[in-house]
Amino acid sequence: MKYQKKVQISWQNSDRSASGSCLLTVCLLVLVSGCGTGDNGKSLPILGERQAISKTVNGETVTDTIYHSIPDFELLNQDSVLITNRLFEEGVYIANFFFTHCPSICPTMQRNLLKVYEQYKGDDRVRFLSHSIDFRYDSPSVLKAYAEKLGVTNDQWQFVTGSKEAVYGLADSYMVYTKEDSSVPGGYDHSGYLLLVDQNRHIRGAYDGTNDEQIRLLMDELSILLKETK
Amino acid sequence: MGILCIYIASQACQSEGSIRIAQYAINGKKLYETYCSNCHGAKGEGLGKLYPPLTDSSFLISHREQLACIVKNGLHGTMPPNPQLASVEIAYILTYVGNSFGNDLGIFTQEEIEDSLAGCK
Repeated sequence: MKYQKKVQISWQNSDRSASGSCLLTVCLLVLVSGCGTGDNGKSLPILGERQAISKTVNGETVTDTIYHSIPDFELLNQDSVLITNRLFEEGVYIANFFFTHCPSICPTMQRNLLKVYEQYKGDDRVRFLSHSIDFRYDSPSVLKAYAEKLGVTNDQWQFVTGSKEAVYGLADSYMVYTKEDSSVPGGYDHSGYLLLVDQNRHIRGAYDGTNDEQIRLLMDELSILLKETK
Repeated sequence: MGILCIYIASQACQSEGSIRIAQYAINGKKLYETYCSNCHGAKGEGLGKLYPPLTDSSFLISHREQLACIVKNGLHGTMPPNPQLASVEIAYILTYVGNSFGNDLGIFTQEEIEDSLAGCK
C-alpha cells in the first residue's frame, strides 16, 4: 500500500513546476507517513524565517522559536473603512495581492479564490484579504465595484488599498513579489500566490493561485488548519 | 441519379467547409487560451459580472461586424486591446469562439476580419 503511494508521487513529479512539485511531494510524503500512523497526523508547517531565542527560566536555559508573523496593518477597505489585523484574529485568512486592471494572472487567481470563498461563505472562521498594489487607481469605490462584480456578497472578503510603502511592505512580509514595472501588461508585476495565515499571524501555506492543483491543496490544507483553530 | 449526385456534391462541400472551420478553430483555441481565457474562462463562462461570458449567440450574431474591432482594440475602460494579433489570428480566435460554447457562427475569414477592422470606430 505504501509502495503504491510512493510510485504515484514520482509519476506526479515529472510534469509539475519545481516549487509546486516540491510542495506536493512534501505534503504527499507527510500525508503518507500520516496515514501510516493512523489518525490525521498531518500538521501544516510554519513558513518564513525563524529565530531561536534563549532565555533563562527558573535557572534553566530555555530556547524558544520565534516564527515569522505578519505585522500590524491598517488599510482602507472597499467600504472606505479603515480595517486592521484585528479583523482577522478570530480565525484564519487567505491573503493575496492583485489590482483591478490586471490583465494577466489576477483574473485566474481571483476566479480560483472565488471558488474557495463560495465554499466557505458564511463560515466566520475563514476570511479573505486581497491587497491592491495599484495605489494610483484602485480606490475604495473601484475596489467595491470590482468586489460586487466578482460576486462577493458579504464582508468576508476584504479588498484593501494603502500607500505604496504600506502595501508593498506587507507584500514582503507575505513573501509575495510586487513591483511597479511599466514594461509589463497593467504596469505592475507581482506573483499570484495565495497565503494561508493562521490565528497567530503565521503563514502556514503558500499556493500558486493560477494552478488548479495548488488550489485543491489549499482547500485540503485549509480544512486541516481549521481543525486546529479554536 | 441526378438528385443523388447533387446530394453527394453538397455533402462534399459541407465537409470541406466544416474541415476549414475545424482548422481555424483549432488554431483559435490555442490563441484563445493564451490571450482570452484568463478573463473569459476556459469554457467562455466569463467571471461574474467582471468579464462577460462568450456564450450569448444572439449578441455575437448581432454584433458580428464589431467583434474583430473589440478583439483588436478592446473596449475602453473595460477590455484591454490586443494590438499584437494579426488579422488571421483574429479570424482563428473568432472562428473558435463563434463555434464553441454553444455558438454556431460559421467561419470568420481573414477577409472578413480585415473588412471589419477597416470600419472600427
